[in-house]
Amino acid sequence: MTRATPADASVGRSPMDMTTRHTFVVHVEDKPGVLNRVASLFRRRAFNIESLTVGHTEAPGVSRMTIVVDTDTNGARRIEANLYKLVNVLRVKDVTADAAVVRELTLVRVTANHETRTHIMQLVDTFRARVVDVAPDSLIIEATGTEEKIDGLMGVLEPYGVLEMVRTGRVAMSRGQQSKTPGPADAAVSETDDNVSYSV
Amino acid sequence: MADIRTGAQILWESLVREGVSTVFGYPGGAILPAYDAMLDFPIRHVLVRHEQGATHMADGFARASGEVGVAVATSGPGATNMVTGIATAMLDSSPIVCITGQVGSKLIGSDAFQETDVTGVTLPVTKHNYLVTEASDVAATIHEAFYVARSGRPGPVLVDITKDAQQSSAEFVWDGGPVQMPGYRPELRASDAEYDQAVDLINGAKRPVIFAGHGILLSGAMDLVREFAERAHMPIAMTLLGIGSVPASHPLNLGMMGMHGEAWVNRAIQEADLLLAFGMRFDDRVTGNLKTYAPNARKVHIDIDPAEFNKNVLVDVALAGDLANVLTDLLPRVERGDRGDWLAAIGAMKGDSAVRDVQNMPDSGHLYAAHVINDIWRMTNGKAVVVTDVGQHQMWEAQYYHHQEPRTLITSGGLGTMGFALPAAIGAKLAKPDAEVWVIVGDGGFQMTMCELATLAQEKVKVNVAIINNGYLGMVRQWQEFFYERRYAATPLLSPDFEKLTDAFGLRGATVSRRQDVEPAIAMAQAEEGTVVINFKVEQEDTVYPMVPAGADLHAMIRRPSPIVETADD
Repeated sequence: MTRATPADASVGRSPMDMTTRHTFVVHVEDKPGVLNRVASLFRRRAFNIESLTVGHTEAPGVSRMTIVVDTDTNGARRIEANLYKLVNVLRVKDVTADAAVVRELTLVRVTANHETRTHIMQLVDTFRARVVDVAPDSLIIEATGTEEKIDGLMGVLEPYGVLEMVRTGRVAMSRGQQSKTPGPADAAVSETDDNVSYSV
Repeated sequence: MADIRTGAQILWESLVREGVSTVFGYPGGAILPAYDAMLDFPIRHVLVRHEQGATHMADGFARASGEVGVAVATSGPGATNMVTGIATAMLDSSPIVCITGQVGSKLIGSDAFQETDVTGVTLPVTKHNYLVTEASDVAATIHEAFYVARSGRPGPVLVDITKDAQQSSAEFVWDGGPVQMPGYRPELRASDAEYDQAVDLINGAKRPVIFAGHGILLSGAMDLVREFAERAHMPIAMTLLGIGSVPASHPLNLGMMGMHGEAWVNRAIQEADLLLAFGMRFDDRVTGNLKTYAPNARKVHIDIDPAEFNKNVLVDVALAGDLANVLTDLLPRVERGDRGDWLAAIGAMKGDSAVRDVQNMPDSGHLYAAHVINDIWRMTNGKAVVVTDVGQHQMWEAQYYHHQEPRTLITSGGLGTMGFALPAAIGAKLAKPDAEVWVIVGDGGFQMTMCELATLAQEKVKVNVAIINNGYLGMVRQWQEFFYERRYAATPLLSPDFEKLTDAFGLRGATVSRRQDVEPAIAMAQAEEGTVVINFKVEQEDTVYPMVPAGADLHAMIRRPSPIVETADD
């Protein structure tokens, strides 16, 4: 967010201007154009999306997005409020402060000849990654984990020559007991409002 | 037996069931089936001269009546011409529904003749929009569109209907009951703890100011706000769109705040210890420099849209909800107050403001816009519905027309859309046929949509138009005067002879350039059966005072040079 926040007006209050990485889990109706609406909202309000993933859930007609954004506490609250203004958004949860399982998946094609292949495969084992394709001069490695783990893997693969790489971006799920995915037919989602406060 | 009808018939049947009797539109290829079906329904269709006008008319209709306004256009250029009017309604939370034709569903994505991705184009400027490709979806979509437009924080909704969905048939099923939308939350309620905090701040405040915003009108909370202010003995400052929510004559009504607000109102805000924001959004035009804004004040913000909280100004307590509901909850807990000292202190801040007022200056023989607007106010007993355009005249209207009633000032506040006034006034007049409707418009803005004079003539709609003609794009000229060393780039403006022009449309025109001719011209317009356009040739380089330059401290106002006080600023 490049716009100046009126942080000066809140001297002595909580540090609202600290930019950190926020992860939102957003349930949306699976309808045409919904991804466009969500993406357009972030663009329009000048929030920069770090990563966005979208896929099906266990509930028919409901998609689940994991959106990662760098913003401050106040910005995160406004993102949540603005997401709720989209008619097709069913539920928004900022899981940043929750105990959550956060993972991404990566595929890496790395140069590998008969001299280096064994070394690389040992590294892959250390990272609990897998080799999913072997060619005479390269390997494709699949790894799942936190961003830090995948950054670490990339760091050790880099010297061998990374030819191609793709990362999915984060998906997240809170640990412990959770309410079920809201269905498109659920009339009320008020249970998510209980702890919503917009006061500073 | 199943009630089978075409999508076009279902569209009108649904609109009628939503209470629609007037629509503003312009036909074209992709909406032709709908127009053909329209003739069989009790609908008054106002043929506009440009689709932008249709949206402003729907907007003016909505603002004057509080009901949903409806605009209709064809695909492609018809729909894209609506975008300005939709954005205007979006920023001012005005409930309108726009119906657009779309090319056949099989042609979508093929760059067919007059095809535009209208739901894509309007996505960021609508509250919500729909693409309908099946006749069987028309009724439910229209019902939902009206619900979304008018509920919660109101706003524009667009329904794009493909030509084949209009032509094909389906069973007409009308469910007039509550709309089920799982993801839509029109209203929240704040926690008891937040109410407690708000009550403590309210009852403990020594120098409070209530901010009266557009939300009061949208919520219909006028009486509650008045009761609140009277019980707590708190002064009220108005936003531009809040004008009319509290009568101008009410002793607690200070007048307008912000960039062109009264100097003492802005000073009171800067010295306040509590700001109570009722349905307003701390727009940059009311706050000035956020770093120095109301430095001593705690802030309680009541709004139906939680996305407005802490957007521009960090607040201490945010109460989400419909203003009328929140005030109903708060009122019993508000203690009767006596804040006479604070009100007296604000009164003392007025200082020499009165003598700086053009109205109180000796008659120099020059005609000022303030004279014209003040005379219109006097001669309409402050009861007209005034529709303004955007610019200097808009600010003068806010300063010199003292509105007593809600929904009597209709103006493009958020988007600042030039060309809004004339079409919006047509919508306002059709919403309130018995009201005296005045358009106050600049020579620049009038020329943007003056084609709608033909609509006025064809539809035999009566409004009175006062063109405040200073030969410049006045507000831009004023900024050039203050901030660009009087380098008047592209602001001198040549206009046609508006009297002759009006005559060409078959309407009555007049030209006034002397102060003594203002009153007779207004009286003539009031007596005339049809629309009258008066070209008031006013002082060319007059300036709207006071002024807080954009981004400057709210208390650092540029004041009108006074014959008594020589210094221009304080």
